[in-house]
Amino acid sequence: MSQDNIQFPEPLLQEVARQIAKFPEGKQKSALLSVLHLAQAHFGYLSEPVMDYVARLLHILPIEVYEVATFYSMYDTQPVGKVKLEVCRTGPCMIEGAEKIVSYIENKLGIKDGETTADGIFTLKTVECLGACGYAPMLQAGEKFHEHLTEAKVDELIEQYRKNPVANYLGLENHGA
Amino acid sequence: MSETNPKFKVTIDGVEVEVDPGTTILNAARLIGGDVVPPAMCYYSSLKGSGGKCRTCLVEVSKGSEKDPRPMPKLVASCSTPIMDGMEVKNKSSEKVMDARAGVVEMLLINHPLDCPVCDQAGECHLQDLAYEHGKSNTRYEFERRTFDKVDIGEYIKLHMTRCILCYRCVYTANQLTEQREHGVLKRGDAAEIGTFIEKNLKNDFIGNVIDVCPVGALTDKTFRFRSRVWYTKPMDAHRDCKCCSGKAVVWMIGDEVARVTARKDQYGEVKEFICNECRFDKKDKTDWTIEGPRHIDKHSVISANHYEVEAPAHTPLLNKA
Amino acid sequence: MERKLLLEHIGVEGIHTHDVYRKNGGYSAVEKALKTMSPDDVVEEVKKSGLRGRGGAGFPTGMKWSFIAKPEGVPRHFLCNADESEPGTFKDRYLMEKIPHLLIEGMILSSYALGCNQSYIYIRGEYMYVLQILEKAIAEAYANGWLGKNIKGSGFDLDLAVSTGAGAYICGEETALIESLEGKRGNPRIKPPFPAVKGLWDRPTVVNNVETIAAVVPIVNEGGDAYAQIGIGRSTGTKLISASGNVNKPGVYEITMGITVEEFIYSDKYLGGMKNGKKLKACVPGGSSVPILPHYLVCKTAAGEDRLMSYESLADGGFATGSMLGSGGFIVYDEDQCIVRNTWNFSRFYHHESCGQCSPCREGTGWMEKVLHRLEYGHGKMEDIDLLWDIQRKIEGNTICPLGDAAAWPVAAAIRHFREEFEWHVKEPKLCMTKNYGLVTEKIFETVKG
Repeated sequence: MSQDNIQFPEPLLQEVARQIAKFPEGKQKSALLSVLHLAQAHFGYLSEPVMDYVARLLHILPIEVYEVATFYSMYDTQPVGKVKLEVCRTGPCMIEGAEKIVSYIENKLGIKDGETTADGIFTLKTVECLGACGYAPMLQAGEKFHEHLTEAKVDELIEQYRKNPVANYLGLENHGA
Repeated sequence: MSETNPKFKVTIDGVEVEVDPGTTILNAARLIGGDVVPPAMCYYSSLKGSGGKCRTCLVEVSKGSEKDPRPMPKLVASCSTPIMDGMEVKNKSSEKVMDARAGVVEMLLINHPLDCPVCDQAGECHLQDLAYEHGKSNTRYEFERRTFDKVDIGEYIKLHMTRCILCYRCVYTANQLTEQREHGVLKRGDAAEIGTFIEKNLKNDFIGNVIDVCPVGALTDKTFRFRSRVWYTKPMDAHRDCKCCSGKAVVWMIGDEVARVTARKDQYGEVKEFICNECRFDKKDKTDWTIEGPRHIDKHSVISANHYEVEAPAHTPLLNKA
Repeated sequence: MERKLLLEHIGVEGIHTHDVYRKNGGYSAVEKALKTMSPDDVVEEVKKSGLRGRGGAGFPTGMKWSFIAKPEGVPRHFLCNADESEPGTFKDRYLMEKIPHLLIEGMILSSYALGCNQSYIYIRGEYMYVLQILEKAIAEAYANGWLGKNIKGSGFDLDLAVSTGAGAYICGEETALIESLEGKRGNPRIKPPFPAVKGLWDRPTVVNNVETIAAVVPIVNEGGDAYAQIGIGRSTGTKLISASGNVNKPGVYEITMGITVEEFIYSDKYLGGMKNGKKLKACVPGGSSVPILPHYLVCKTAAGEDRLMSYESLADGGFATGSMLGSGGFIVYDEDQCIVRNTWNFSRFYHHESCGQCSPCREGTGWMEKVLHRLEYGHGKMEDIDLLWDIQRKIEGNTICPLGDAAAWPVAAAIRHFREEFEWHVKEPKLCMTKNYGLVTEKIFETVKG
């Protein structure tokens, strides 16, 4: 991606403006986390030119964006698959069999935790508690929570996402992106 | 106590001192001086927002104030806790404090490379001093230590992240002394690192000061790297006419040669007047400087404490004038 | 008396929409407050109610509100902490997803009480779909005149917006939340100053948990005194409990404080007992950071009294034999679960979530995880158990924010109550890889005096 191609389409620029407008004049930096979510959903991951673009949009220093983008675990500063399968691995999910679900996905997709399939569709990531402990085990794909996982349910999910590999945040399709 | 100029009374390790309201426990202790002063690895008086992070300056507040004499339930960071009138504080006289401090020192060292023999900071390293005073000679940490690659951040500065204790001083320095900060703390937890994300040159007239504020050997002066152990150099107060800064510095001489230039630090290792890059990196000729005389080095440093049993230069005073 | 104050209408079709919520009595508390109460009256009712923070710390809400500084001409802010991330806790997501207007109504009441005209809900990034539900509900609230300028002719203005996190447990700590809301890394601030004096953009700020804010609605509707009648002692009102683990009916329950733990776990009204007829081994009653209780201290206190679902009873016995209500993340373990593995899992969580600012937490959480990993995988040494004890002791109380304590407590409690299981992992390094230890034997606790 060269610097020139980095540009949100008009509907997304409007969404950026809406995020900024939530905060008082001069406090536009507060929209940073939201804008980074938009950028990641639109550009796939937060490359350095993307982060520099976000810095320009919000009139802040590039380092301020790097600091934030590398702090929060949802942001990817390296390329990932179209669909991130984020399996919760924390306590309550673990005792309900999260580890088995992770191995099942690893075997099925032929990738390890943190890796992406060769076709670029799936990235498997284990994550910490997603707040679905009572419905364990679970995984999140895009913004969707998939709970009470079983191997059969995982099969179904993978099938579904392979056919239609869209799992974005922020209902981006609503913004014409 | 007069109403126009109210002072707060605070007792630290049994020593009483009167200070202005708003003074922190650490600064009150510094007014007393000596052993009652807690060590500080991240606090830096001239850097706004610094402090609170390293936890080496934790103290026990055994009496909150005259009004509310209850002790504070937890140890507090003396650098960021303002004193109250009648407060009583225990530093060295508290077993709890000494125990916690030993714990903090151990935490700071478990991932530290302990490469003092090859580190340029050796001899003027605050972590070295701290470990010497509070650390144990053996480690209980049996895992691989965290390492990072060394990087050049600009022509003059070497970042050796493995040694960093994440005091954030260099970040505050860049924020407050330069026009545009280009480095910061990236990632989080024990993966956190000082960095520029992409290899960027830190360039700014005052960025060299990050070297002086660094309490350890994470940011070192490339123009001096491996030239000499600091205790073989002779520190001299010197000044020059500079358009950019005060021009007041310390030149560290080897024979007639200026081996390096730093700002002048007080007994707590703090720079009071920051110097510009030109003075620091480019003025390496004795004729660039008006030499005032030998630099007085305070006791906190092993440069003068002779832990290395190297004879100090004859003209360097060994002790704090006190 | 069995009352539901928050989830009463949760089953009503369409309750997430403004109109249905309104038909079921929604926004009547706002009407009442704006028409008949001064801001201080609202604060007074909350004080009377005895409501305590539902996010985990249990600090009296009315008192917290009374700390807010009110310097002339400086805007104040009210923030909702919807960064629910404490393992075992998922009640706030449930409430926001099912009945978002209850939170919005609570936000209006709280903002009115504190004199705030610009309030925010900070929600964890992973709850992005809930954020969209909230934004829809907020738009409805604006459209119906509950938000915006001069609400219902009262002269009170309030703008409400949702902002997002992006994956960081630490942002549930209120000053880290504020930093994050300012678009920064979630590094907790050094206190003092406290948010009540210098919070968001250095302005006086109050941060409350979702459930706490929602509870203000019934308090205003029915009065603080009536609310205080519900529950037991200083644990007033109802509490949302997120139940998970090896039970028949995990999920979110609204309980009246003071029911027995035994009833909560075993009755069909609540968790319906242990799954597959297994035996209870342990319970973490208030989210991953609170001390784990061995089976014999779950339903009874060390003194042999019934353990109740309340702040006081769950804490009975201190950390020696008690725990905490915390956030109400109630995790139940059966006899097949391994305490060492669970402790390692939790310590990995805290290691992952440490912001890295202060040394004891940054270094200590990782160290504990490594030692626990070694123990769990049969490479541990007997000394490791004392080492762990010492590391947690050096973290606890010495960090900038409570994450250090949260990381230390589960390790301390696990060793305190399950030491023999840790020792077994050292003595039986092969066996521990294929088999679990089972129940620990009951210890006799001497009654500690004074």
